Amino acid sequence: MTVLIGQSFTGISIGAVLLLIALGLSLTFGQMGVINMAHGEFIMSGAYTTYVLQQHLTDAGTSLLLALPAAFAVAGTLGIVLERTLIRRLYTRPLDTLLVTWGVSLLLQQLARDIFGAPNVQTSTPGWLTGRITLFGGEHPVTLSHARLFILTLAVAAVVALTLTLRLTPLGRRIRAVVQHRELAEASGIATARVDRTTFFIGSGLAGVAGVALTLVGPIGPTMGTNIIIDAFLVVVVGGIGRLRGAVVAAFALGVLQALVEYSTTVSLAKVTVLIAIVAFLQWRPQGISTVRTRSLA
Amino acid sequence: MTAPTASTAPAPPADPAALAVRDLRVTFDGFTAVDGVDLDVAPGDLRFLIGPNGAGKTTLVDAVTGLAPATGSVRFAGRELLGRPVHRIARLGIGRTFQTATVFEQLTVLQNLDIAAGAGRSVTTLLRRRRHLPEAVAAALETTALTAHRDRLAGTLAHGRKQWLEIGMLLVQDVRLLLLDEPVAGMSHPEREATGELLHRIAADRTVVVIEHDMDFLRSFARSVTVLHAGRVLSEGTVEQVRADPRVQEVYLGEPALTAPAGGEA
Amino acid sequence: MTRSRLLPLAGFALTAVALFAVAPAVLSDFRLSLLARYLCFAIVAVGIALAWGRGGMLTLGQGLFFGLGGYAMAMHLKLADAGPDGLPDFMLLYGTGGELPWWWEPFRSPVFALAAVLVLPMTLAALIGFLVFRRRVRGAYFAILSQALAAAFALLLIGQQATTGGTNGLTNFQGFFGFALADPLNKRMVYFVIAAALLAVLLITRQLFHSRYGELLVAVRDSEERVRFLGYDPALVKLAAYTVSAGMAGLAGALFVPAVGIISPALIGIVPSIQFVIGAAIGGRASLAGAALGAIAVAWAQTTLSEEFPAAWTYFQAGLFIAVIAFLPGGLASLRHHLTRRRTRATRPRPPTGTPAAEGAPA
Repeated sequence: MTVLIGQSFTGISIGAVLLLIALGLSLTFGQMGVINMAHGEFIMSGAYTTYVLQQHLTDAGTSLLLALPAAFAVAGTLGIVLERTLIRRLYTRPLDTLLVTWGVSLLLQQLARDIFGAPNVQTSTPGWLTGRITLFGGEHPVTLSHARLFILTLAVAAVVALTLTLRLTPLGRRIRAVVQHRELAEASGIATARVDRTTFFIGSGLAGVAGVALTLVGPIGPTMGTNIIIDAFLVVVVGGIGRLRGAVVAAFALGVLQALVEYSTTVSLAKVTVLIAIVAFLQWRPQGISTVRTRSLA
Repeated sequence: MTAPTASTAPAPPADPAALAVRDLRVTFDGFTAVDGVDLDVAPGDLRFLIGPNGAGKTTLVDAVTGLAPATGSVRFAGRELLGRPVHRIARLGIGRTFQTATVFEQLTVLQNLDIAAGAGRSVTTLLRRRRHLPEAVAAALETTALTAHRDRLAGTLAHGRKQWLEIGMLLVQDVRLLLLDEPVAGMSHPEREATGELLHRIAADRTVVVIEHDMDFLRSFARSVTVLHAGRVLSEGTVEQVRADPRVQEVYLGEPALTAPAGGEA
Repeated sequence: MTRSRLLPLAGFALTAVALFAVAPAVLSDFRLSLLARYLCFAIVAVGIALAWGRGGMLTLGQGLFFGLGGYAMAMHLKLADAGPDGLPDFMLLYGTGGELPWWWEPFRSPVFALAAVLVLPMTLAALIGFLVFRRRVRGAYFAILSQALAAAFALLLIGQQATTGGTNGLTNFQGFFGFALADPLNKRMVYFVIAAALLAVLLITRQLFHSRYGELLVAVRDSEERVRFLGYDPALVKLAAYTVSAGMAGLAGALFVPAVGIISPALIGIVPSIQFVIGAAIGGRASLAGAALGAIAVAWAQTTLSEEFPAAWTYFQAGLFIAVIAFLPGGLASLRHHLTRRRTRATRPRPPTGTPAAEGAPA
C-alpha cells in the first residue's frame, strides 16, 4: 500500500515537471493554435541561464533564486523574437508553424552546442534542497526530496499566478477574449497582435522557469528539451485547449499513471502504456478534458 | 397548420420525400437554440425558413443534417435521421449548402462536381482516372452555367458562381431534400432571379428548404414560409398568411421588408 | 492534353535510365550503396507526399513504420544467419537463456518476414488511423500523437535489449536470402531491388494522385466537413492514404536493412522521423518528384556535408527548412509553378500545399 502511495508521490513530482512545461505550451496553443516545437529549447535556455549564473555567483542558492526571473526573461525574449519573425506570418497555417518551430529548435540546439559544448553540464544543488522528507516510515518508507518538493511548489505557484493573471487583470481578460473569439475581440478594439505577443512572452518565459527546475533533477545539455517536450505536448493534447484546468489534471494524471505502471513494469513499457491510455482517452473525449466551445464549424 | 401540433404525434406515413420534424430541441452549454420545433415539408414544396438572427434557423438545419446533436425526431422519407452520422444522413439523399459558399478551392469546378456525384462509387472506380464526364455532371454544368469554367480552380470563381457550384454539387449528388443556407447572399439581382428560377425547377420533384433574409427574394419565390423565433415556430403558411400574422409583424417590427406592401415584382 | 500525359511518361523513362543504367555505370560500389540508402529515404518521402502533401496528415512518426519494416526484415536475416543453436548472435551475448522469444519464431520463414514487412506497418497504421481519424483527431493533435508513437516505439526497443538488441539495434548481417552481402555484386543487386521498389512506389502513388481517389483526398484535406455532407466518410479516405504511406515506409525500412546493414532505435525515433519530413518539405510536399528528389538531396547533403562541417550543416539545413516552409510551402517543386505564373499574370498568392506542380519526372 505504501509502495503505491510512494509511487503516486513520484508520479505527482513527474506531473509537476510536466505541468511547468505544459503550462506555457497550453497557453500559446490555446490562444494562437500554435504548437511551438522550440519550446523545449526555451526550457534549455532557462537551464543554461541557471548554469551561467552559477558560474558567476558562487552561491548555488542565490543563483537558483535569481535564475527564476532571469530565465523567464531570457526564454520570454526568445519567444517574442520567434513570434515576431516567424510565427506572426504563419498564423493561418498551424501545421507549418509546427515544422518551422522545429527548424528553430534545431538551430537553437546547435547554438547551444557552439556556446556551451556538446557534453552535458551540471549545476550544484543548494544545500537547502539536498535533503528529503519522510512522509511514511516503516518497511517501505515514502520520501520526497526537497528538490522535487521545490518543483511541485514552483508548479503550483505558476498555476496560481497564471490563473490570477487570467482572471483578474485587464491583460487576462483580453487574453481570454481572444481565446474565445479572435475576430470579435479584434472588432471590439483589442489589439490582438499585442495580446499574442504578450501571451507568447509569458508562455515562453514559463518554459524558462521550467528549465531552472529541470537543473535540479537532471543534467543540462543541448538536447535536453527534445526528450521531455513530447510528454508535455501529450499533456496539452489530453488537457484540451483554452483552459488551464485541463492541463493541470492531465499533467498529474499522466505523471501518476507513468509512475504506477513504471513500478510494475519498466520505464519504456510505462511510456507505451501511457500512450495507449491517451489514444483510448481520445476515443472518449477527442477534444481533451476541457475545451472552450465555439460555434465555428471546425 | 400554424400552431405546433402535439409533440407526441406519430410520424406521418412514408411519403417518398417528406421531411417531418417533431419536437426538435438543440441545446449548447445550457442555451437552447432550437426549442421544440415541429415542421412538415412535403415534396414539391419550396419552403422558406425565416426569422430574426438567433432564431435557430441554421441550427435547425445543422440538426437535420447531423451536425448538431439534438433530441426529438427528424424523419425523412420515413427514416429517422437523428443519431445517424453526417455522411449516412447525406447518403439518404439529404444535401445542404452553407452560409459562406464552401467548395473545394484547390480542385477544379469539374472535380468538385465529380466528387459530389460519387459517394456511391466502388473502390475500383475510385482508384481509376475519370475517363469521361458523368452525365449528371455534364447536366449540372449546363444547369449552373459553369460549362465554360469547368477546368478552373473553384477557389478562383466569383462569389456568385461559387454558390451556383454548391447548388450544382447538390444536383449531381441527386439529393431528395435540399437545405440551402442563404443561397443568394451577395448575389446581384439578375443572379438572384436566375437562382430563384433554378430553385423552382429543382423543387418540382424534390423537397427544398431555404433559409433566407432577403424578403424580395422570398416574396418572389417562396411557396410556403415558416417563421422561427427564439427557437420556436412562430407562424407558418403562405407568404400572404404569414405576412398577415400579427405575431410575425410584432417580431419583425422595424424590419419593414416583410410587412411593407409586396409591390409589383412578385 | 497529350503533353500532360507524355511528359510524366518521359520522366519515368528518364528516371529508370538514370537509376538502372547511369548510376551503376558511373558510381563506385561505395557511392552506389550510399545512393541505395538515399533511395530508401525517397520511398518514405513519397509516402509522406501522399499522406501529408495530398492528405494533409502531418505524419511526424513515419519512423515507427520504417522501423517495423526494418526490424521485420532484420529479424529474418538474423535468424537466417544464426548458427546451429538457431539463436541470433546478440542474444547469446545478452543471454536469453538459450530460448528464442516466441514472437521471433515466425520470422524464420522468409515468406512470413516478407509479408510482415508490409502487413505489420499497414495493420498498425490502419488501427491507429481507425481510432484517431474516426474521432476526428487531426491537425497538430495528430502530428503530436504520431510523433509520440514513434518515440515510444524507439524507447520500447531500447528497453528490451535482450530480445531487440537495444540501442545497438540489429546489425552484422551476413546473407540476404541466400546471397552473401559481403559480395559487391550482391550489394549491387540490393541496389537494383531498391531502385525498382522506388519506381514501383512512384508509379502507384502517381496513379493514386491522378485517380478520383486522389481528388477526393485533396477535398478531404481542404474541407473534411464538406466531404462528409456529400455522403463520404472522410475517416476512411484518410485511413487509406495513411495506411498506404505506412506500407511504403515499412518497405523502405526493410530494404534499408540489407543496403546499410543496420536497423536501430536511433534510425526510427523522433529526429529521424522528422528528417523524413524535411526532405519531402524542401523538395515539395505535394509533388512526387519534389518529395523524392528532396529526400535524396537532403540525405546526400547530410552525409557529405555533416561529416566535414557538422555545425554549419545543421545551421544550413535548419535555415533552409525554415525558409522553405515559411516562404515556399510548395517546396522547390513549386518554384517552376511560381515562376511561370508570375510571368503570365500577377495573381494573388495562393495558400500553401496542393500546387499540382511537376510530379512524375524524378530525373
